[in-house]
Amino acid sequence: MAEMMTLIGGRSSKQGTALCAGKLGPEYLDVSSMVEMNAEDMARLGLRNDSKVRLRTPVGEAILRCKSRETKDLPRGILFMAYGPLSSQLMAGDTAGSGMPLSKNLEVEVEPVRD
Amino acid sequence: MAAMLRIVNGRVYDPANGMDGVVRDVCVEDGRIVADVPPEARKIDAGGMVVMPGGVDIHCHIAGSKVNLARKLQPEDHRRDPHLRTRFTRSGTGGTVPSTFATGYRYAALGYTAAMEAAVTPLGARHTLEELQDTPVIDKGFFILVGNNVLLYRLLQEGRHEEFRHTLAWWLSATKSYAPKLVNPGSDELWKGGRNANITRLDEKIGPFDLTPRKVISAFIGAANDLGLPHPVHIHCNNLGHTGNYETTLETMRIAEGRRAHITHIQFHSYGSVAGKSGDNPTSKAREIAEFVNTHPNISADVGAVMFGRSTSMTADAPLAYMLRRFGGGKWVNADTEHESGCGILPFTYQDHIYTNALQWAIGLELFLLSEDPWRMVFSTDHPNGGSFMSYPKLIRLLMDREFRKEEMAKVNQAALENSGLRDCQGREYSLYEIAIITRAGPARLLGLTSKGHLGVGADADITIYEENADKELMFSTPRYVLKDGELIIEDHEFRADHEGRVLHVAPDYDPAIEQVIQPFFEAFYTIQFANYPVDASYLHHHQVIPTTAQMAATGSPAGS
Amino acid sequence: MSDENIRIVPDATCTFCGCVCDDMVLTVDVQQHKITKSQNACVLGKAWFKEHGIEDRPFALIGGREATTEEGIEEAAQILARARFPIIYGLSDTTCEAQRVAVAIADMIGGNIDTTTSVCHGPTGIAFQGLGESTATLGEIKNRADLIIFWGGNPAEAHPRLFARYAVTPKGMYIPNGRKDRTIVLVDVRRTASTPVADIFLQVKPRSDFEVLWALRALVKGHKVDPSIEQRTGIALAVLEDLVARMKSCRFGAFLFGMGLTMNRGRHFNAGALLALATDLNEFTHFVAAPVRGHGNVTGADNVVSWQTGYPFGVNFSRGFPRFGPGEFTTVDVLARGDADAAMIIASDPASNFPQPAIDHLKRIPVITLDPKTSVTSQLARVAFTTATYGINVAGTAYRMDNVPITLRPAFASPYPSDEQILRGIRDRVRVLLGGNRMPVDTSAAAAAL
Repeated sequence: MAEMMTLIGGRSSKQGTALCAGKLGPEYLDVSSMVEMNAEDMARLGLRNDSKVRLRTPVGEAILRCKSRETKDLPRGILFMAYGPLSSQLMAGDTAGSGMPLSKNLEVEVEPVRD
Repeated sequence: MAAMLRIVNGRVYDPANGMDGVVRDVCVEDGRIVADVPPEARKIDAGGMVVMPGGVDIHCHIAGSKVNLARKLQPEDHRRDPHLRTRFTRSGTGGTVPSTFATGYRYAALGYTAAMEAAVTPLGARHTLEELQDTPVIDKGFFILVGNNVLLYRLLQEGRHEEFRHTLAWWLSATKSYAPKLVNPGSDELWKGGRNANITRLDEKIGPFDLTPRKVISAFIGAANDLGLPHPVHIHCNNLGHTGNYETTLETMRIAEGRRAHITHIQFHSYGSVAGKSGDNPTSKAREIAEFVNTHPNISADVGAVMFGRSTSMTADAPLAYMLRRFGGGKWVNADTEHESGCGILPFTYQDHIYTNALQWAIGLELFLLSEDPWRMVFSTDHPNGGSFMSYPKLIRLLMDREFRKEEMAKVNQAALENSGLRDCQGREYSLYEIAIITRAGPARLLGLTSKGHLGVGADADITIYEENADKELMFSTPRYVLKDGELIIEDHEFRADHEGRVLHVAPDYDPAIEQVIQPFFEAFYTIQFANYPVDASYLHHHQVIPTTAQMAATGSPAGS
Repeated sequence: MSDENIRIVPDATCTFCGCVCDDMVLTVDVQQHKITKSQNACVLGKAWFKEHGIEDRPFALIGGREATTEEGIEEAAQILARARFPIIYGLSDTTCEAQRVAVAIADMIGGNIDTTTSVCHGPTGIAFQGLGESTATLGEIKNRADLIIFWGGNPAEAHPRLFARYAVTPKGMYIPNGRKDRTIVLVDVRRTASTPVADIFLQVKPRSDFEVLWALRALVKGHKVDPSIEQRTGIALAVLEDLVARMKSCRFGAFLFGMGLTMNRGRHFNAGALLALATDLNEFTHFVAAPVRGHGNVTGADNVVSWQTGYPFGVNFSRGFPRFGPGEFTTVDVLARGDADAAMIIASDPASNFPQPAIDHLKRIPVITLDPKTSVTSQLARVAFTTATYGINVAGTAYRMDNVPITLRPAFASPYPSDEQILRGIRDRVRVLLGGNRMPVDTSAAAAAL
């Protein structure tokens, strides 16, 4: 039941304030282990807020909790998560000779995690 | 460091003290020239060599945000020209905009011991001071851009001349700078606020201001003279590079009306006009310009000679840089600084077969050869605008060796040569004495640096010793010895020690109440707090304040002692 | 709590993000070493000031064991002097004074130096080297810009005062009515907290920024663009034409752009397209573009590395002079390939946001960290120094995103040393260990003769 979607990593206000408190603190881990997903996509995959999903790329995988967003805010097929240890697990080291790894618009395989 | 030294057997060129190749001893103690040292002092045998004060570059672009943008812009220029580290000196890269360590070491390696960074925005003064601290060996200072300053314009248009003067003094003191600089006065407002327009006439209204470039230039000349600054207003005239601009230059010099003023890179401002097939072509008006400078002792200039090859145009004259871009079409930088200045940068190559470039080259030489007072028409290439400072030895050879000059003249665009007067003054050759004036004694005097540019008792022991050579380019490329503050930095052509030079700056007095005039402007319009704007003393390490004439009179001591 | 215990520090600078706002008014509880109030700070600045107190931690950890700073310096110097491909990385959250010493160390040991620029606006720097750029200080934008286009960023959450202090709401000399005198455009793939601020929002399809920018360039130059551009990018031709009309007719236009362009397919091509567009527009009006920088002093790091080496990031000294190599000497690559055999990470935490292959290699080599807080990287370090925090405890210089240098006013002292102090200690010790700068070809006889 896995689907391909586009993942965008980025900053958020909560991530910024949380990292001041410390990157090993619970606040930061909390904010960087959450992924925003389009509401229609979530419905189709049988997901609710806080459901777990597995994101997988050729490099690695990460399990995050999802949070719903309206289509007008987050289009279908697009995911957003704040930078952190989990986003690192999905990023490849190849920079195409530029020094910059891709951390936005990563193609990821999305699969709900059934407990 | 009570190091003592005696330089013997060298031919000494010290024009400020009338020495024209006299064989005599030069004694050094504790970083200064002294009359005598004990017999056990170390001797340097300068037999067959020429002894001069260290070179003083009156106008170059070596440190600060504009320079750093130009540096970042050209990795290809750096790749060609690595600067290797040694056991005790830092590495770097070169090209026309070298990294800071390479800049200092290479200036020293040419025998220069002081240089003035010619154009810094007050907002960026801190940046320039940081880069200068990483520019080894040479003593240095910088000029701040004030000729398009919005607050100063407001005071001027309201006729508040006293406050204008105090504000100018405040700005020089707050930035730890050396002199006030005007660049294409009046252009900034038209460039930023007028959809990239430019100012072209001295009596043209400057956008929303009830001012003209003439009024602005005159006000700054007056204020700088009233403040008794060691170096007067340093002026990059309007219409740089434009065909027919010599009239603007003559008119600008007339504005001085007997007051001191310095016209910089005057070669770029010496063009006449002749009708061509498709529009007007520039010609040389070097004769008219040189004659004016010759006959007006209040005016000084540096030539701003063009040398063929790669250069980087970097200027606060943003409209000029944009215009030049049309000739190359390559990369271009524009960087505006709020309320203070513009900036334009682009790589540029001068080619001997191109009419305008060959004309510029010829005009630069003409200005030197027609000059009757080398103390007031001094040496520069406006590094790196006209050419890199690494081309100074070649330029010296062109001035000293008319056979070599003739060979070079044969290679350039001949139509350009026809429209210059270079053939008519081709007979003259500069002597070593005159070279010592235009590269050392003259710039030091114009800058008001009384302890530099000469080898009299009390002077800073900044000394260069060149091996005599018929090929003057070779001779001036690689001094045998260079001393800075009496320390041997270069010996037998090699670096022996690293050294941190001094920042030279002025601190003219002003009425502290002027801050009540300045602060509200900051609070309304700047994006940095007024309290955070002035540069604090932590950015000055080795430094020296050069007094104004009033300050000298008060303490009774000469400048630089 | 007595009055003597409270100190007010006005005109202090927040260095959390590249806005480097210098109008902070800090209330300091001197005894508690805490900032209890930070007037004018945005939510990020408030957290920055609140969370950086003095924690009771060892001065250094060597292999997890508590140690003094001096012991840490000795161990760090040994690691760097012995290594064959040592790298120095980070530097975006420290003072220029410290950055300068870091480059000196890299030069001395013939190592690699790189800053967080390589994973931030490095691509913009690469585009700059090819094209140049038209730019301005933030005060020009505040006082003159009547059209501002935010592209690929979310300032509301990452640079809140960019809106409040510099670009959207403040009144300016030629913008007397503030917000009302400005048209704000926002370009992004999704709606964010920044979107409501914009008059015009362009929601582009992911990975199509380059096509949009190129179409805009074509329209600016008077070429025809096929309406199928909408299918490719999600933006209708009519919308692009309207934007071009506004850009050409404004009095002073400004782009402020972020990671949406650099961290995406195309990287420096995207940044280059935007810079080229801003340059093209100068045929018609005054137009500038400015990259929005993330960390407080990443701009300082760019400047320092540029003036000392000639290149902004990704620099290697192993042959005795600086060589520039994005992709070769940038840290993600050096680590992912497994080239580095030692690393000094200063004021940065790459182990918490680098790609996994790079993090894996960091775990395999001796790492030295300098950080006020425990971080993912400091936890895997061989030598972890606890440092004082720049801007809060440590004075020095930081450069705002628009290259304006600002002097920091510390709020209270810290018992821990600054990055600069530690780096000076390391530099001096390495100099003794190597007998000066390392020479690429170690001809011992020649060295002994000196």
